[in-house]
Amino acid sequence: MTKNSIRQTLALGKRSTLELFRQPAVVVPSMIFPLFFSFLGNSSFGRTTSLPGFPKVSSYLQFQLAGTIVQGVLFGSVTGAAALATDIENGFFDRLLASPTSRTGILFGRLAGSVLFGAFSTAVFIFALLPFGADVSAGIRGVITMIISGALISLAVGALMSSVALKTGSSEAVQGTFPLLFILLFFSSAFFPRETMSGIYKTIAGLNPISHLVEGIRALSLDGFTASATARAVLVPLAIAIIALFIANAQLNKRLRSN
Amino acid sequence: MNTATGTATNASTGTMIHQQDLHTTTMRSAGQLIKRSLINTRRLPSAFIPTLAMPIFNMVSFSGTFFALTKLPGFPTDRSVNWFMPLGLAMGAAFSGVGLGFSLIRDLENGFYDRLRMSPTSRISLIVGPVLATWIRVTLVAIFVFIVGGLLGARPTAGLLSYVCSLVAALGISTIGAGWGLGLAFRFQDMRGAAIMQMSIFLTMFMSTAQVPLNVMTGWLHAVARVNPVTNIFRLSRSGWVNESSSGYMSWSNVYGGLIAIAVLSVLSLIFAVRSLQKIDN
Repeated sequence: MTKNSIRQTLALGKRSTLELFRQPAVVVPSMIFPLFFSFLGNSSFGRTTSLPGFPKVSSYLQFQLAGTIVQGVLFGSVTGAAALATDIENGFFDRLLASPTSRTGILFGRLAGSVLFGAFSTAVFIFALLPFGADVSAGIRGVITMIISGALISLAVGALMSSVALKTGSSEAVQGTFPLLFILLFFSSAFFPRETMSGIYKTIAGLNPISHLVEGIRALSLDGFTASATARAVLVPLAIAIIALFIANAQLNKRLRSN
Repeated sequence: MNTATGTATNASTGTMIHQQDLHTTTMRSAGQLIKRSLINTRRLPSAFIPTLAMPIFNMVSFSGTFFALTKLPGFPTDRSVNWFMPLGLAMGAAFSGVGLGFSLIRDLENGFYDRLRMSPTSRISLIVGPVLATWIRVTLVAIFVFIVGGLLGARPTAGLLSYVCSLVAALGISTIGAGWGLGLAFRFQDMRGAAIMQMSIFLTMFMSTAQVPLNVMTGWLHAVARVNPVTNIFRLSRSGWVNESSSGYMSWSNVYGGLIAIAVLSVLSLIFAVRSLQKIDN
């Protein structure tokens, strides 16, 4: 990457970040809903923490924190990718192509907004739930790692959703993937531990990547700042992000060729 | 309208219409609107499939994920699907009802509704027709949910009454959702109303015993769910799916609260819809 392309990527990143933060009506629901579900879950499932197979927690909120973070980051990433599709729909993408802008900067600039929003929303979730019993055993180092993990998850999901945006060029198609994410979320260990599930549900939750993203962050929340917890929280989303970026880049090249 | 003699005056022509003719016109117009709605369902299955898929998804995912809830002391059934099938059905019914508001917004935006209002159609039929069509769709959804639920292991504990109570609850919820959805659609006349419809229904449903019974809840939710009328509707819906030894098992005391809640909320939401329609006319 040359100095110029870094500058262009930063400019596009700034644009996508400002775009997200300037449209609170678009992004606020992705923060309000996970928080609502946390408090709802805490009241509904507060007594389940004594069930066999449930990890040792101080409250259901402590268990739920990781699920809330992943849920919020997933929904926020869809919004970011939908904005890329809107750029394609309204011709801004074509204008960028007509200018001497770095091609990868178009993708990475857009993802930068999602990554920053992912980190920001992770911090908001942690600090909003902390006073109500969502303790982070790993302390301040754990909180920082969780924020990094949130940003990486955002990068991974944002890149996957951007692939959809680049392939279809339709914001409606990107929004259409939302139910799929919702299904993946509910068939994961985001709301209940895998140990309490049985049969096919346990198998599906075990194969579901969302479970592994959630459990990485959860390890920091419950087990403390251990090497294994940190590795799970960072390496799993990083590995998914690398694969997702390859896919998104391939889709970008495909679109560039067709243009 | 002269109710004492059973006649009404047609505003545009000044001619007298018998009460019976007015009733026939209303039912005929409502019948045509039901037909239109059902044809749309057949022609646009993509709009109906989510209504069908949502309760199934809810039932399957909740029963699997929250299976361990049944091990909590005092949980009214040992089958998680028995508990979550009525929730899935209620969600499907609520969104079928609210979906009526979405269709109305589309009709308002593309001008079809203006043509309906220009025609000499009874205003009540514009509400009754779509609501009855929703009942037909909800009944289809309920049959589908009962079949899938049965395959997943749901077993009624009060025989045929179990299905009847769940169906009545679903039809009631769809009527409430329809009245609310139509009213908001008439008021907003664009997609802003859709967000409020979804959000309000969603919150009202989940701040009840949708997920767990009252005796399992703690904190603020317990206080809210206790006074939320939807809790009564869920009690009615689940009365034939909980264990016979449970306090929520089929009995008049567990059923009448739900019926009253359905009646009152349906009337209120339909009045809201009619008033909102009158506002457009004015």
